[in-house]
Amino acid sequence: MKLRCEHVWSYISEYIDDAVDTELREEIEKHLEHCEICSAVLDSTRNILVLTADERTFELPVGFSERLHARLAKELVAAKIDGESPENPSP
Amino acid sequence: MKALVGNNGRRARRSDWLGSAKNLKDQDIDARQPQTRLDASMKSASCEREIIARILTGETDLFHELIRPCERMVYLTVLSMMKDEAEAEDVTQEAMLKAFRALRSFHAEAKFSTWLVAIALNEGRRRLRIAGRAPLESLDEQASEQEGDFTPAVLTDWREIPLEALERKEIRQALVEAVGQLPAIYRQVFTLRDIEELDVKETAEALEISANVVKVRLHRARMLLQKRLAPLLKAAVPVRKRFFWSTT
Repeated sequence: MKLRCEHVWSYISEYIDDAVDTELREEIEKHLEHCEICSAVLDSTRNILVLTADERTFELPVGFSERLHARLAKELVAAKIDGESPENPSP
Repeated sequence: MKALVGNNGRRARRSDWLGSAKNLKDQDIDARQPQTRLDASMKSASCEREIIARILTGETDLFHELIRPCERMVYLTVLSMMKDEAEAEDVTQEAMLKAFRALRSFHAEAKFSTWLVAIALNEGRRRLRIAGRAPLESLDEQASEQEGDFTPAVLTDWREIPLEALERKEIRQALVEAVGQLPAIYRQVFTLRDIEELDVKETAEALEISANVVKVRLHRARMLLQKRLAPLLKAAVPVRKRFFWSTT
């Protein structure tokens, strides 16, 4: 089987996640060796994933954690653990 | 030949990519709460179970430490649904309280963080229903699932954008905006899989969708981001020395 660029693109995500079988992986890698376009698509996608995963990209609002724990501290005293289902917790 | 991903699984790879950032985060947490700091290994499942057992027998203050590693994940996931920071923060707080009250019903076969995210998403959907707003994802499901155009931006080369580029506010903004503009069903999967690094099974459980739907939505999210961001980043970041992916 000779892969076309469109086929490689359709497997990019699974390829990045190492979720393609050995045979397909070899075909993709064979294609990548000579295809600048697909290599650039793969590299740029990976690069974007690294940048978006960095904790500097998505920051919590200033004081988020402090406000959360202050509210918890106030309400944990009064709150009781009663074992409701998480799918249907009480209002 | 190109450097390729290894066989150690996604979480291990991403940890390698982001190891220093994660370590810094843990140090920050420790510095903020030295008096209540628990052993670093508390994040393991057995320690998590032990902490939960202690909370259930009355040591309720430990709940602060139990949820601390999950705060960011819960908030960003809710934000991916609500798109409003103040609302997402309020939903996160409410969800944490509900999780506390419902803690006895937590079963250890699920990960605590996944359970927490599911509670938060339920709380978010409840808020949207009360406000008379349709959850964004239901609109997206009708509009986007049948779309077929998920082709990437075609480039003939790619110069690595280094992590230092994130020091520039406009680069961070471009990334945040691009993720924010994804349809909600893709944004939620992307947030859990690629920002918070849950695996496919955990993402499927938290969002109550199948593993296959997770994979399809993740692929589309990544392709949409590549299409939007690759040309933009390439133009915004000047060419520097070539960076090669590590094979280790």
